[in-house]
Amino acid sequence: MILTVSHVTTYHYAAPVRGAVQSLRLTPSRTDGQRTASWMLQVEGGTKGGSFRDGAGDWIESWSVRGPISELRVRVEGTVETTDMAGILRGHREHVSPSAYLRETEATVADTALLTLARDAADGASGGLDLAHRLSTAVSERIAYRPGVTEAHTTAAEALALGEGVCQDHAHALIAMARAQGLPARYASGYLFADASGAPHEAAHAWAEVWVDGLGWIGFDPANRCCPDDRYIRLGSGLDARDAAPIRGVAVGAATESLNVEVAVRAQQQ
Amino acid sequence: MLSRTAENLFWMGRYMERAEMTARLLDVGSRITLLPSSAGQGFRDDWDSLLQASGTAEGFRAKYGETVQRNIESYLFFDRDNPSSVASCIERARENGRIVRTALTSQVWDALNTAFQELRQLEKTERGKLELSRLTEWTTRHTSMLRGAIAATKLRDDGYHFLGLGSHIERADNTARLLDVKYYVLLPKADYVGSGLDTHQWMTLLRALSAQRAFHWAYGGEITAAKVVHFLILNRRMPRSLYTSLTGAHENLSALAEEYDRRTPAQTRAATLMQDFSQLTVEEVFDEGLHEFLTRFVGEMAGLASLVQDQYLSGEAR
Amino acid sequence: MAVSYFNEMFDGGRVRAPYARLEDWVAAMPPEFRTMKQEEAEALFRRIGITFAVYGEGGDPDRLIPFDMFPRVFTQSEWRRLEKGIKQRARALNAFLVDVYGRGEIVKAGRIPQHLVYGNEAYEKAVAGFTPPKGVYSHIVGIDIVRTGPDDFYVLEDNCRTPSGVSYMLENREIMMRMFPTLFRENRIEPIDSYSEVLRRTLASVAPKKCDHEPTVVILTPGHFNSAYYEHSFLADLMGVELVEAIDLFVEAGFVWMRTTEGPRKVDVIYRRIDDAFLDPLCFRPDSMLGVPGLMDVYRSGGVTIASAPGAGVADDKAVYTFVPEMVRFYLGEEPILQNVPTWQCGRSEDLKYVLDHLPELVVKEVHGSGGYGMLVGPKASKEQIEAFRDKLASDPAGYIAQPTLALSTTPTFVEEGVAPRHVDLRPYCLVGEQIELVPGGLTRVALTEGSLVVNSSQGGGVKDTWVLAE
Repeated sequence: MILTVSHVTTYHYAAPVRGAVQSLRLTPSRTDGQRTASWMLQVEGGTKGGSFRDGAGDWIESWSVRGPISELRVRVEGTVETTDMAGILRGHREHVSPSAYLRETEATVADTALLTLARDAADGASGGLDLAHRLSTAVSERIAYRPGVTEAHTTAAEALALGEGVCQDHAHALIAMARAQGLPARYASGYLFADASGAPHEAAHAWAEVWVDGLGWIGFDPANRCCPDDRYIRLGSGLDARDAAPIRGVAVGAATESLNVEVAVRAQQQ
Repeated sequence: MLSRTAENLFWMGRYMERAEMTARLLDVGSRITLLPSSAGQGFRDDWDSLLQASGTAEGFRAKYGETVQRNIESYLFFDRDNPSSVASCIERARENGRIVRTALTSQVWDALNTAFQELRQLEKTERGKLELSRLTEWTTRHTSMLRGAIAATKLRDDGYHFLGLGSHIERADNTARLLDVKYYVLLPKADYVGSGLDTHQWMTLLRALSAQRAFHWAYGGEITAAKVVHFLILNRRMPRSLYTSLTGAHENLSALAEEYDRRTPAQTRAATLMQDFSQLTVEEVFDEGLHEFLTRFVGEMAGLASLVQDQYLSGEAR
Repeated sequence: MAVSYFNEMFDGGRVRAPYARLEDWVAAMPPEFRTMKQEEAEALFRRIGITFAVYGEGGDPDRLIPFDMFPRVFTQSEWRRLEKGIKQRARALNAFLVDVYGRGEIVKAGRIPQHLVYGNEAYEKAVAGFTPPKGVYSHIVGIDIVRTGPDDFYVLEDNCRTPSGVSYMLENREIMMRMFPTLFRENRIEPIDSYSEVLRRTLASVAPKKCDHEPTVVILTPGHFNSAYYEHSFLADLMGVELVEAIDLFVEAGFVWMRTTEGPRKVDVIYRRIDDAFLDPLCFRPDSMLGVPGLMDVYRSGGVTIASAPGAGVADDKAVYTFVPEMVRFYLGEEPILQNVPTWQCGRSEDLKYVLDHLPELVVKEVHGSGGYGMLVGPKASKEQIEAFRDKLASDPAGYIAQPTLALSTTPTFVEEGVAPRHVDLRPYCLVGEQIELVPGGLTRVALTEGSLVVNSSQGGGVKDTWVLAE
């Protein structure tokens, strides 16, 4: 598919701030499954700083804005050609050893309920790939998609206890369970194209990736009960949502801020 | 130099002056309350005026309520809750100095540190054994030693001028406030003006500034309001006069501008203020009203300090 | 159980050559003179402001570390061997860091378990794939060494992040020279005062490629409330560089700048004395307001050098320590000159069993602990303490390692009653940049309490001047 993305994030500050610094993971990954035709990333009124590809293969761009400002806008426009790779992250160069993705983070601590769910799901699994599929299915069954009940800081354990959540919660739960079963797992963030018949999800999306020996990293999207295909654009990864966040920023001279995000992903006629 | 280093030096200069001013204020207070006719109003009014002038009245009332001399002594000298107490100022000056230890000479650090160590000893001494006059003398002795160490050993670099700038701005502010005590204590009762008591109070003020003899040398004869006001505001030889302090601040700012090869709004503002002062007369001060004049002046100094902050200390200037 | 300890001054009742002149020196010193000198030393330390605050213990923040005037002496040949061994180790540790953040050959070769590296808390995924300038991660390597006999030296632990204490090494010497100038005329002692210049040169040599001028070096301190603040300002002063806090720095256009009275000034090398976690809230701790936002992005895009490099801690972890001799063989193809202390990994079940069976004889340490906290010294511990540790070990075995109680050497030390042997260790500071350099000396820490084997200043240890005699 050829997907066009338009993504505008606006921060409003209650009082003008002295400046802001941002680290942006907002450029599509280089994989066999996606080819970037054009991509524009800009912080309005900002100065571009260092950019580099990190050890996990993500392109990071840093920006700073001199204040005083009372509004900050991050603008992304671009077109990506995608191919369905059945969830397998192929042709993606990275330096981080998969075993670095076995450690727990606050959001992905496996409590007894997660451990039990993982153990039950793993029962009778034949090999890593099958295990990963079973875990993903278990998450889909136990956590219903429902926006508004969880928030940014909700942990995997809390989401499971609630039985509802959004894509972030599904991903966290799957990550926690996979790691508990000894499979390296991580959080992937990106965009999702949802056509008229598709799932009712926001275009800014997240899922999990699980390492399976012999195959490498494989994406699982428990929120949509599938593996990422050509409707997905991958931006980057991390140990959890916080670590993989597409935008990390600090405003100097902290004031209360509010956030407005507009994302649209469209498919071009081929 | 780092803006934060400059900021610490600037404040070290300010706190050193402020410690001295608080001690002198305490001295004025205790002397004024010893005057016979104060008894009529009760010494409380006098102390209240004093706290008012030093800008610490609210803090004091919140903590102690009643104005009792003993409490005032504690509050103005030892109390860490009072940011202007002698102890607070010395501790903060020493902390500023410790942070920029390497920008000081060992003599300067020694003077600062010794004052601080002795302060800790004083704090352990039973309060009843401490004469108020001893506390004042102790403070002025240490601030003098510190100034002496700075004058004798500190390189005349930008750091020296930030120290000087802080102390000159603070000193200008402090002299203005001390002079204002007279307003609070006396002016509301107009019938006192020119009376024996009036003279006595002016004298007390001069003594607190260690300037009584200098005053007599300079003016001779009767102590009058006009002479004292001229002495403390306009006299270019009086080291603590507003004019002299302002000149000092202007010199520091000019030296910095030269060192950095960049003129600044702070320097321009100081020059303008000096220009105004050079044409000012005592009559004009009285026409405006002494209190009004002093209040305006204290505001001007705050404005100057804030320009210094923006230009050099905040680290935001490009 | 009678253990005999090697006293570095004696060899079977005879005074060893390096200490010969000190014997006369002590013999000729009247007690009053000694007391006077001791007071003089203390006054000097206090005057220069070298004090030490113990983490979490409160108390007097201006406490002095006790200084013992009796020097510790090494011969030139002893030192040469130590020097070779230390430099070898520093090279191996840096090679290991480059490797594990790069291709991970040592792990692939099965010479160190993968989880000890990639599962290590100190392993920073954020710097994987990035090689710092000149391939140096740990620019100041502090290696703690103990001695058990004339020729027996063991490495107790490696410090690859920000080893502290070097200001004591320098000040101890300064004070000794001031107080006993004749000693320095009689004995030919290698000078150490080039340390600050070598450190500055080392740091400048690792400036980023992008830096096309004389590099601007700064020291980054957590601030004046930190217990090692004195050391930070001391080093900044000696090197003639700025001592900055995070708020003095900001990031713009791919570089780091410091806020000065004349406007922003570019910074090329940051010798940081703060932990990784507090470097950059955008990278490590989004909840922390400390640090310089965006610093890691500048670092990873080659705009600034951070020394030690973020992530260097994975090499000095006590569990990784066991494998340092293996690193020497793997990367350098050499046999290690300095030996490790035999170590049991409590995370391994057979080791744990041995440790639990022999607790009263062993020293047990937390893998991530430092400063002598949270450790058990078996032979000195009460039954209750041992039992309490047994529970700790059972609940988190991988968090601990154990070592035999070493017969730490002693050196003569001034005590109340005169001169008596006290246990010592040694921390030399190896500097790694374009070159590897080591000034002839180090910090000798001494356990002042009779019989004590714990030399940490937080636990009642003192310090001594450390001499290396010239040929």
